[in-house]
Amino acid sequence: MRPYWEVARRTFHKMTTYRGATFAGAFTNTVFGLLSAYILLAVYAQRPSINGYDAVDAVTFTFVVQGLLMVVSVFGDTEIADRIKSGDVVIDLYRPIDYQGYWLAERYGKAAFYAIFRGIPPLIVGALVFDLRFPTSVSTWLAFLLSTALAVAVGFGWGFLLQLTAFWILDVRGPNQLGWVIAQFLAGMFIPLFLFPAWLMAIARALPFASILQLPAETFLGKHEGADLVGVLAIQAVWAIVLIGAGRLVLARAVRRVVVQGG
Amino acid sequence: MPLRIYGHLVAAKTRADFQYRTSFFLYLASQTLISFADMVVVLILFTQVSSIASWSRSQVLFLYALSGIGFGLADLFISQVGLVSRHIKAGTFDQFLLRPLGALWQLSALEFAPRRAGRAVQPVIVLAVILPALDVQWTPVKVALVPITVVCGAVIFGAVWVTASSLAFYLVNSQELANSFTYGGSFLTQYPIDILGPWLRRFFTFAVPLAFVCYFPAAYIVDQPLPESIPSWFSFAAPVIALASVVVARALWRLGIRHYRSTGS
Repeated sequence: MRPYWEVARRTFHKMTTYRGATFAGAFTNTVFGLLSAYILLAVYAQRPSINGYDAVDAVTFTFVVQGLLMVVSVFGDTEIADRIKSGDVVIDLYRPIDYQGYWLAERYGKAAFYAIFRGIPPLIVGALVFDLRFPTSVSTWLAFLLSTALAVAVGFGWGFLLQLTAFWILDVRGPNQLGWVIAQFLAGMFIPLFLFPAWLMAIARALPFASILQLPAETFLGKHEGADLVGVLAIQAVWAIVLIGAGRLVLARAVRRVVVQGG
Repeated sequence: MPLRIYGHLVAAKTRADFQYRTSFFLYLASQTLISFADMVVVLILFTQVSSIASWSRSQVLFLYALSGIGFGLADLFISQVGLVSRHIKAGTFDQFLLRPLGALWQLSALEFAPRRAGRAVQPVIVLAVILPALDVQWTPVKVALVPITVVCGAVIFGAVWVTASSLAFYLVNSQELANSFTYGGSFLTQYPIDILGPWLRRFFTFAVPLAFVCYFPAAYIVDQPLPESIPSWFSFAAPVIALASVVVARALWRLGIRHYRSTGS
């Protein structure tokens, strides 16, 4: 485990050098949180409660989601794909540490950084402007942390699969963006799933994407307790294993295509 | 002359992009999907309520279409200036200053990405469907206001893009800051700006004039009242605002270039 821990730790440290970008990003998340919140409040002005969620829930949800966006990486990275395109992937495969494990560790390093510097600022501003609902017990905070950690793994699993397409089509921007737009929508980034009509909500909940944003945000709101909470975390864990496992299978196939030049 | 060079560069970039054909079409599809998702959000919200700030579903879709076409045009032709921050960071911005064509022209031509065209497709379809469905007594003024609004909207978005990108000359990592006004603006203008709190509404009227992109003109077309304290002639002010935005954007961009110091050792 030691090398993976080091990869995560160093990635975290690397991230701390981009202060300007971090500030700009947190600002953007906050602006989007404010705009979404006002739109949702206009909707809630007509109805006090929708599917068991009131206006405070909805506004809180918005700021939690804005804070999670970078943590779970819903805009997709192209770092892995870029290294496949440039051929540097060969060096990565040579390393005496698991290829997928290396990138997962890197992802967790980034996630920890983003959780602090991109996750907290929008929540603070949101709480200053609106009435938000924070977890009232330590156990809810812990459940939220665990749920977020699992969401990172699910997001990683999906992004890893998308980036592996670089082994076949080189310019990965197309599939990457297409895959992430679908994921964003079904994860509840544009609007929370509890505003979806019943049939669409059922579809979204049956797919892995709800595990990326919707479920951690619901956990934050304390909507799941006891056995129900265990069930939610189990669903996330299953999707993480399925997607990461699929990534391993595809990688095994892809690596057979790699031809190393030189000598 | 600049226009001819621009045309050549854009054509070359288009041919280059077609080399990665699968990715090109997937990206085009994803751009279409983004604006499609924005529309689905409006439709979903209206499954829960019958009006948002007293605007009906077709009225909000009308806003969506106007904003989407304006933003799509700006995204296709101007948004590339956002990449200036990458060129400054990499030290490759100098080459733009050495060539006999304005840096803005070069950036928007060299980074031209035809795949972005997907963004405006969905709003155009929605506009075609929603115009006859709107409960409006069409007058010549209202009819004329539709294309004027689209053009002015695109110009205002473009000016916002250039202004926000000018920040890159002062702050190296400013692209995301710019995004909150451009993509944030696209998101915001799809809804009646009346929903915002008073200070944010003032900000988007007087500081970053996104309310003129489609909200003020559309309010006149569909007979919705403007927020209090907003004079009714604001509905017709978009061309003046668009022109003023361009003047300001141009000045800030030039100021930025004059401030520019090359990176490197």
